[in-house]
Amino acid sequence: MVACVSPEPIRKRFPGHILMALILSLLLCMSSLVSAQESPYIVTYDHYLEEPGSLEVEYFSTFGTQRGGNNFDAFWTEFEYGTTAWWTTELYVDGQTTFNDSTIFTGFRVENRLRLLQREHLVNPVLYIEYEQTSGADKIVKEVEGHDVESDYAESNALLRKEHDHELEMKLLLSSTFKGWNVAVNPIVTKNLSPGEPWEFAYAIGTSRPLALKASPNRCNFCRENFIAGVEMYGGLGDTRSSGLRDTSHYLAPVVAWNLPSDWTVRLSSGFGLNDNSHRLLLRWGLSREFSDFGEIVGRLFGGRP
Amino acid sequence: MKRFSAWFRSPGRVALTAVGIVVFGIGFFSGARAWAQEEDRAAHKDGKSTYAAIADAPEKAHERKNPFEGDTQAVAAGGKLFEQHCADCHGKKAGGTRKGPSLLREEVQQATPGTLFWVLTNGVVRRGMPVWSKLPEPERWQIVTFLQSLKLHSLQSQSVSAEPVARVRHIP
Repeated sequence: MVACVSPEPIRKRFPGHILMALILSLLLCMSSLVSAQESPYIVTYDHYLEEPGSLEVEYFSTFGTQRGGNNFDAFWTEFEYGTTAWWTTELYVDGQTTFNDSTIFTGFRVENRLRLLQREHLVNPVLYIEYEQTSGADKIVKEVEGHDVESDYAESNALLRKEHDHELEMKLLLSSTFKGWNVAVNPIVTKNLSPGEPWEFAYAIGTSRPLALKASPNRCNFCRENFIAGVEMYGGLGDTRSSGLRDTSHYLAPVVAWNLPSDWTVRLSSGFGLNDNSHRLLLRWGLSREFSDFGEIVGRLFGGRP
Repeated sequence: MKRFSAWFRSPGRVALTAVGIVVFGIGFFSGARAWAQEEDRAAHKDGKSTYAAIADAPEKAHERKNPFEGDTQAVAAGGKLFEQHCADCHGKKAGGTRKGPSLLREEVQQATPGTLFWVLTNGVVRRGMPVWSKLPEPERWQIVTFLQSLKLHSLQSQSVSAEPVARVRHIP
């Protein structure tokens, strides 16, 4: 159990924030925590889903350099819940700060991941379906779609936020783990639900491995087994009108995850643009924590069995 | 479009939207959980024992040898891993909880190391146990070593007080 500490005082004029803080405090006080073995990927998905009844709260930040405009820091919070051992559902809330401009809320996403096969196989498929409602100012670059290029982000927030996207995104998450190595390949298809918009294509691939395959007998923060390192590559593949690797952006990003015994996971990634259409650098970090009995707590709140 | 942007210019409205999203999220999660519980209950009605997954392990898996057999360091490491990844469902002493069955039962303790390794790797997804192949193979064997060390504890406690163990072992 964690110590029951309330978040710091919040300005009185936002009663909504106080309610949110109370809910968060309640969850922190009531939840027990489990040590997670999280993958280091930030863009790529492997086939491992959230444990049933667990809620993982994740915060990510992406610092991006911008030619012809201001650099930015885009951030998002993920609430990832294991509904069953074969179904994970997730809510994202996005925002961004563009330096010398403004900080704005840029939209939300809801996604579901469904494991297609009951057992482990050489390649394990998981179906990913996401609905997103974001403004054109969304800069989290969680994936590159179609012909996304750096210059798309150069305008001011006031201008970018006028564009509004309703998108359906589907991924087939193919992943395999062998001798400690994980290899994940995600083909991506996206459809902007506005009329006349083409289907867009993208990809994300990644590989990773823990620094040690055997656990040490004692609890430790800096044991090699707590670190997982890898590399991921992601980019666009055009759309139904013009597909291919050109006129889009691509990134290569070394990644590392540090799974602490105190139940926190820290992720770092530095993505390097691979062509002139890409941001030179996307520096990302993330912090996450898992609440293992969230499902039971919610059940109790709504009158379920104790 | 303009109305959408204007709505989010007020911090109060942003807060209200955030609270709405949280409330919706909790409602959605609890609904999904209720559905999952219903599905779990339906799965239990098919008459199979919770431990049936052990019998599903292929012959090849039964025969696999534990590379850490008799290694006390592996028992300690396995215990640590068990506490981190398994105790939440199976209980700190592996005696089971509402979320997961006891691992002290005969079905588990009599299983070969290879069988336990297979169940750990493949999970019992239909019944709520996730796959654990994300743990490297040596770590999974360390957990198996720890689970098998519980057999010794069971036998030791049997010699002190035979009755509770006997009761556990004869649950139908």
